[in-house]
Parts: sequence; structure tokens; C-alpha cells
Amino acid sequence: MEQVIANGLYLGAQYAMIALGLTLIFALMNVLNFAHGQMYVIGGFVTYTFYGQFEIPFIFALLASCATLAILGALIERFLFGPVIRRSSREESTMLLAAGIAFLLDAVILLVFGEKQRGVPKIVNGVFNWDFRIIMPYDRILICVIAILSIVAFISFMHFSKTGRALRALAQDRVAAELMGVNVKRYSMIGFALGAMLAGLVGGLLVTITGVNLGMGGPTSIKAFLMVMIGGAGVISGAIAGGFILGMLEAVGLAVLSQYGDITYLAIFIALMVFLAIRPQGLMGKPWG
Amino acid sequence: MSLKDARRILALAAFLISVFWLIPYLIAVSGYWNFYFTLTSVALLSVASAGVWLTFYIGRINIGQGAFALIGAYVSAILVTKAGISFWISLPIAGLFAGMVAVLIGLPILRLRGVYFAMITLVLTEVVRLAALALPITNGAKGIVSIPLPSELSIFGIVLIPDFSAIENPKLAFYYTACALMVACYAAMYRIVNSRLGQLCRSMQQNEELALSVGVNIAYLRVIIFAISSFFGGVGGAMFGAIAQSVYPSSFVVKDSIDFMLNCFLGGLGYVFGPMLGTLVLYFGWDLLFELGKYQLLIYSCVLILVILVLPNGLLSVRLSRILWARQ
Repeated sequence: MEQVIANGLYLGAQYAMIALGLTLIFALMNVLNFAHGQMYVIGGFVTYTFYGQFEIPFIFALLASCATLAILGALIERFLFGPVIRRSSREESTMLLAAGIAFLLDAVILLVFGEKQRGVPKIVNGVFNWDFRIIMPYDRILICVIAILSIVAFISFMHFSKTGRALRALAQDRVAAELMGVNVKRYSMIGFALGAMLAGLVGGLLVTITGVNLGMGGPTSIKAFLMVMIGGAGVISGAIAGGFILGMLEAVGLAVLSQYGDITYLAIFIALMVFLAIRPQGLMGKPWG
Repeated sequence: MSLKDARRILALAAFLISVFWLIPYLIAVSGYWNFYFTLTSVALLSVASAGVWLTFYIGRINIGQGAFALIGAYVSAILVTKAGISFWISLPIAGLFAGMVAVLIGLPILRLRGVYFAMITLVLTEVVRLAALALPITNGAKGIVSIPLPSELSIFGIVLIPDFSAIENPKLAFYYTACALMVACYAAMYRIVNSRLGQLCRSMQQNEELALSVGVNIAYLRVIIFAISSFFGGVGGAMFGAIAQSVYPSSFVVKDSIDFMLNCFLGGLGYVFGPMLGTLVLYFGWDLLFELGKYQLLIYSCVLILVILVLPNGLLSVRLSRILWARQ
């Protein structure tokens, strides 16, 4: 039981970070970023290249991942999403664009990093063992702690810094924010870069445990969508709640349902349908209309 | 008005003649038989895309058509291999089953809108794939293979459709069947759009609350449309399974669901025949780029992004806007 909770927390911390980036981009731009999983994969590959191949200390490789994705995100917002959002009045066209970008990033990953599964050496060795009730390798604990610290840092950044305040204003009401003197164009770009950076950070963290390969992008995006739907789209607390809930459900599901085969996600989806029938906007989302 | 009608009938006749006579003739002359497979796939994928287009018509972004195509393919395959039912009977059953699933799932999820609906339908595709892997009747990852070719269909001893395994060229037979299916599907779509139901759908697309307030039963309407949409998906998927003679959980994946959506976008959401054109262009574009090897996906996605930047309303918008322009 303790083991299941520990696994759930570990999964939840990383899921929450993936969902945070997605929900941030959604809140700011009203864009469903299909390419989020691909951004995560790129983050993983950059860390692999720097830490695994060039043997630069892990922390710097992680920073390189963040920087790469932040630049990539800013460019995508500047030259692709920005113009399309300004010119079209329907949200569908941004979704098409997002799908196109997901394909593009997949193609870039294939050309630059190849299709092989890649892994890196462990960052810390050893296994934490509490009387055989909780067994967890130290590197997982470390990653979990880093993830939680990053979430705390992100929330305090959004709450206490000037940029964070501007981003929150933008998420609440674009026009009102512009009238109050927020540079909407600039902060949209910063927000998108920040969301992409979070994806890169998780990718860099998880490459030390699960490794990284080309095919991980799509499933990661799907999990992120699940979390965002549980918590409510565009709400930061919702993304965190959704991430931890999904992590916990997955851990419990794997422990309880494993004798029936691989049906955890089937069960989660059915539960989600029932939940959405009662509360379509998710746990903390705002009702539309 | 009559001139417009005449032009429409002429265009329809030209389309039918080219699909059922000109293309087989040209293929027979050039001897490029593999072309049939491509065109058959396009016809079937455009049937499934038509379903997606219909859900767009009520203002929902549907990325779950792959799920219903997979359901249809499995239902038909199981009925043919395990119950020994004729393929031609299993085809409508597959569609109806997909439609029924759509009603069950649609009742809760059609309350969602916009991005929320898009996300849940995307997840649905993945869940149906997982279900196909987990359930015993679908035979897991091994899939259902060596499905027999469609047998003959006869009523009172009159043979309507001959046994496909007895025909010397099943490719041609599949081509005709798929095209007939496509024509029937788009005729039905055209009928729906130009009917009272279509007008109600347009009112819903513009503003659901307003439609509700003037007495449109939107809860009923959206489930019906979603069921019709999934019926198309199921039939398309079942036919696809019959041609490939096999069904795997990976026959229709998230990528396919997204492709169905892209077909509709590319052709243009404002035009009934948009998905058909979109499917043709995307499928052929992808095939042509195959020559480029590993740069295929890169160029494909770049072209896609360029199209959305330049033509946000789809390919058909070019032609129609130019005609309107000339008239003014």
C-alpha cells in the first residue's frame, strides 16, 4: 500500500509538470498544443546529447534542454501561432496548425536524433529501502523532489513576479490586460516559451529514468490531455491536481488491475466519462458559456 | 437557378463517369494496377472523413473517428470469421454498432465543447486501441487475420454481388464497391445538409444557446449527428478491414484520427465535398513524397503548415471565391 502511494506521488509529480506547461499555453492562447509531447521528447534528447554524449554535468544539460525548448517555443509562437491567431476567427485553425507542428517536430526529431531508444547513466546510484514497505531508487526520489521544487518555483513565479502577474492577467482577459498596459504580444511569446520550457524540463528529468525515444511524444500528449480534462483546462491548480490524480490512479490501477491485463487506462477513461458527465469543466475549471 | 441546377447535374454526371468508367479505363490502358489500391483507400478514408465533417457541422471538433473505424473493422471481422455471417450483412451491422457506441459515449461527452470535446475524442481513439489489445474477443495484439474475401450476395437466387474470391480481379471489385459506398455516403451527406436537419445543425454551429432558446432540441440533435458520423466511420473501417483481410489494434490509431480531421480542414469545412478532396490531396501528397525517403514527414508537415498559413479556409475556398469574384 505504501509502495503504491509512493509510486503514485512519483508519477504524479512528473505528470503535473507536463500538464502545467500544456495548461499554461492553453490559458494564455486558447491553443491546444498537440505538439506538447514532441516538445517533451526534444527536451529528453537534448539532455541525452549533452549529459549522455558530451558528459557535461547533468544540471547544465538540464538547463540546455530548458533553453532549447524556450527558444523553440518562442519561435513557434512568434512565427506560427501568433499570425494564425490574429488572422483567423475560428479556434479550429489553430488546432490544425498545432497538429502540423506536432508532425514537423516528429520529423525534426527523426532527422536530428534518429529513431533509436536512448538512455543515460544514472545520476545517483542506490536504492532506498524502508523495511521492504517502500522500495524506490534514489534517482527517482531525486527526480520527484526536483519536480516538486520546480512546481513550487513555477507557482511562486506566477504569483510574485511581474511577468507572472502579466501572464495571469493575460489568461483572465486578453483585452483588459492590453488596456492595462500589458504588452500582449511579448507576454504571449514569453508564456508560450515558458510552457514549452516546462515540457523540456520534464523531458530532461525523465530521460535519466525511462530514457527517450521518438514514439513517446503522442502518448505523452494524450496523458497530458487526460490530466487537463480531470483538473479543468487553463487552470494551474487544476493541472497539478489532475497530474497527481492521474499518477495515483495509474499506480493504483497497475497494482490492483494487473491480474486482468493491461486495462488501467480503459478503467480510467470510463471513470473520466462518468466524471465529465457530472462535471464537464473538470475539477477546477471555469464553466463556459 | 435552372442554369445552376443544370451545371450541378453536369458536374455530378462528369464525376460519376470519371469515377466509374474513365479511371478504370485509364488504369486498364496504362496497366498500372496498383493504382486501384490507392484510389480504394482514398474512397474509404473519405467516407470516414465525411463523418468527421458532419460533426464539424454541429460545431464539434471530432478527433475520434479512428476509434469508430476500428470498432467497425473489428465488428465486421468478428462477425465474418467467428459467426460466419456474410460480409455484406456485417457491413451495415458494423456501422450500426459504431453508431450505438457513439450514442452511449456521446450522451455524456457531447456536453463538452471546443477543445474539451477535441481532447476527449482524441483520448477515445487511444482507449479503443487499448480495449482491442485487452479484450479476449479481439485476439489482442495478434489481431484478426486471414479474413475471407466478401462472399456473394443474392436475393431469391438473383446474384446482386458476385463472390469476390471467384472474381478474376478483386482489386477492381473493391474499387467499385468503395466508390459506390463513397457516392452513397456523400449523397446522404448532401441530403442531410440541405434538409431541415441541416438547417438545425447550422443554427447549432452558430450558437447553441440561441438554438436551444428557439426550441431546437440540441441534446437529441447532436447525439443523432454524432451517431451518423460514427456510422460512416464504422462502415469505412469495416470495408478497410475486408480489403486488408486483417484487423489489428494498430489499424486505426491517433494519427489516423488526426488525419481524418486534417482531411476535412484541408478540403474546407464549408463544403460538403471538402473532405473528399482533402482526403485525395493528403493521401496522394503523402504517397508522392514517399520518394523523398526520410524527408517525407518533414516536407509533408511543412506543406501542411504553409497551407494553413495561406489558405485558412481550405482548398475549395480558392475555387469558389474566384467564381464569386468573377461574377461580381
